[in-house]
Amino acid sequence: MSAVAILFAGLNERQVPELTSERTMASVPFACRYRLIDFMLSNVVNAGITHVGVLTHYNYQSLMDHLGTGKDWDLARRNGGLHILPPFITAFANFGVSGLSATRLEALCSARSFLSDCTEDTVLISDGDLICNLDLNDFLRAHRETGADITVAVQRREVAGKYEVSVVRSDSNGRFLEATKFNDSVPGEKDVQVQLLAVDRTFLLQQLTECVAHGYESLTQDLLNRCAATAQVRVYRISESCETVSSLADYYRLSMDMLDPATRERLFAVKNRPVLTRIWNSVPTVYAGDSLVKNSLVADGCVIEGIVENSILFRGVHVGKNTSVENCILLPDTYVGNNAYLNCVITDKRVTVRDGRVLSGHESRPFFIEKYVAV
Amino acid sequence: MAKKKEIVAMLLAGGQGSRLYLLTERIAKPAVTFGGKYHIIDFPLSNCVNSGIDTVGVLTQYQPLALNEYVGNGLPWDLDRTYGGARTLPPYQAMDRSEWYKGTANAVYQNMNFIDKFDPDYVMVLSGDHIYRMDYAEMVEFHKQKGAVCTIAVFDVPLDEASRFGIMETDGDDRVRSFEEKPKVPRSTKASMGIYVFSTDALRRYLLADDADESSEKDFGKNVIPAMLRAGEPLYAFPFRGYWKDVGTIRSLWEANMDLLGENPALSLQDSTWRIYSRSDVRAPQYIGGNAVVRNSVITEGCEIYGQVVNSVLSGGVVVQKNAVVRDSVLFDDVVVGEGTCVDYAVVDGRTVFGDGCRVGAPRETASELTLVGGGLSVPDGTSIPEGCRFGAKELETVLKGGKNA
Repeated sequence: MSAVAILFAGLNERQVPELTSERTMASVPFACRYRLIDFMLSNVVNAGITHVGVLTHYNYQSLMDHLGTGKDWDLARRNGGLHILPPFITAFANFGVSGLSATRLEALCSARSFLSDCTEDTVLISDGDLICNLDLNDFLRAHRETGADITVAVQRREVAGKYEVSVVRSDSNGRFLEATKFNDSVPGEKDVQVQLLAVDRTFLLQQLTECVAHGYESLTQDLLNRCAATAQVRVYRISESCETVSSLADYYRLSMDMLDPATRERLFAVKNRPVLTRIWNSVPTVYAGDSLVKNSLVADGCVIEGIVENSILFRGVHVGKNTSVENCILLPDTYVGNNAYLNCVITDKRVTVRDGRVLSGHESRPFFIEKYVAV
Repeated sequence: MAKKKEIVAMLLAGGQGSRLYLLTERIAKPAVTFGGKYHIIDFPLSNCVNSGIDTVGVLTQYQPLALNEYVGNGLPWDLDRTYGGARTLPPYQAMDRSEWYKGTANAVYQNMNFIDKFDPDYVMVLSGDHIYRMDYAEMVEFHKQKGAVCTIAVFDVPLDEASRFGIMETDGDDRVRSFEEKPKVPRSTKASMGIYVFSTDALRRYLLADDADESSEKDFGKNVIPAMLRAGEPLYAFPFRGYWKDVGTIRSLWEANMDLLGENPALSLQDSTWRIYSRSDVRAPQYIGGNAVVRNSVITEGCEIYGQVVNSVLSGGVVVQKNAVVRDSVLFDDVVVGEGTCVDYAVVDGRTVFGDGCRVGAPRETASELTLVGGGLSVPDGTSIPEGCRFGAKELETVLKGGKNA
């Protein structure tokens, strides 16, 4: 069985407006040297899929810059390879009520020509911002063995009222019944929908034609729930952990989780499933004679002269002398001068923190400094 | 594909580098690791691309697998070009001859067909043994201005080291008046850096003559340059000032790595206008543990540090377990230093795993000599590797046998 993958680059931007004012959700930097799309893109490549379409709507400069030809994921191919699929503006203007802020289904409709030109028999559809290291071959194998038209990925986990999630009901044979928005009334362990589907390509193209004809907008409501009765829709439980960023505090929490060796092991140390990313060729990091670094994750290209504790440093970060950086996330090329103190701060790219500044947030409300700003 | 080029570089990368002992048992010297994520060959290759030279023939011979794989299509150095780019050039069989490269000059001679494809005005000859950053374009400009047939880059060395190099005497105009390969009594301190610019026609002429001369050792320094001088050709010496280090010995390789450290490092790779490029694997970010101590060190991707790292250079994927100490040392890729193990004043080749409680080398203050540990070894718990030792597979076997007897 052959598969083509479709990744949505930007749908959840509204949840983290701070980090997505000039980028897609998929290109949000994460864990020192990655962007969120690296995880799903690596999963796809690690499963032997060499044909990938990345659907994007707006703010995709950083995404295109990051993905390039796809070479770093071995997706610069004569046959197949990586395709970035921005919207047809004219088509979008006449479609749906939400205009450019499209849904997954609308985005898929705009990729109909890409999908009809494919020769693969299965389409793997996923959000581009899932933080996970999955065995997608196992997922596709389950899809093939059950002969399903659609296979919906779910994750068994405890659900409380905090996050907006979609809960999936299925029968004892693993047949999908319904996906509904979770509401507070009955907390407990549920099958939470992961934005990952395997769909028969011919079936998908038929459904998309129908969706366009009827003006449907929601992948879950209009496609999955509608097909549940008439087609073979099945549920697949993934065993690996799979996270999404739903707010800046959440971004902070998930980033700090990377300091836990077990989390890193689950994500980065899976045999034959490396997480690939764009190679920058940074110089190795320099630790000065009186630097003090504890429990921190550091990318290459940094120069550390001060104290860094419980922090995540992206590429090219400079920490000056007698400066203390605690519980911080410093995005690429952040420059922190001398004698400064930072606690629970997230700096976006190329931020400058001048000598002697004292900045502090709280882990529930990290202090965020926008791109290029000098404080 | 070929288009006319003003200049083509020929990078001599076939040498064994026998004074690096265990490090070059299975790879050629230019492929030896340096500075955390580099290899020696990254320096001439990056210098080429930074100097605007986009066509580089890499001549390989000794243990070429790692080097061929590393250079590949030249992409990391931006030398993956439609016209030109990086090519590895191994010795080959031909109708009338099939032989190894017999010397530096012969290696270039055998690849005149590669050079001719690009019809260059100049040929640059480089060696893959040195750590330095140099703008070759300045040297080519010098060559043109002087109307030279051959220009040799020279570096001022201390008089007591001069007899290790090719030494030349020059006049006030930098014209070479005499050249002597490894003189017993050096008459100057101007040492050849093994970097030459030749005008192509003259190079072809002299290489043809050299090939016909049966008594020749087919070496640029020993034969071709003296022949040119004897014929009265205009040879010039291009003085180079800056960092330049021949890393032909374990000691000098260690020193060059140490030059990356300190408040004002002798060699800094941070300069973004003259980047040194390398081919690197994707590894997870480096992690420095809660009880780790890292001082005055260069550390790269994939490292996990739980113990102490002081005055050291660590390549990708090195693990230093808790209570372990690494001091004044250079560790290549994926070396694991077990709990409580102490590595002092040593160079350790890739993928060697030290068990717990080992003692490798002696502190720099007291040790008389560097310790060298070969690659891919599994050193059992509690092993003691004495200072100055060259510890390879054979020495490990002895240790293992000893363990059984005890």
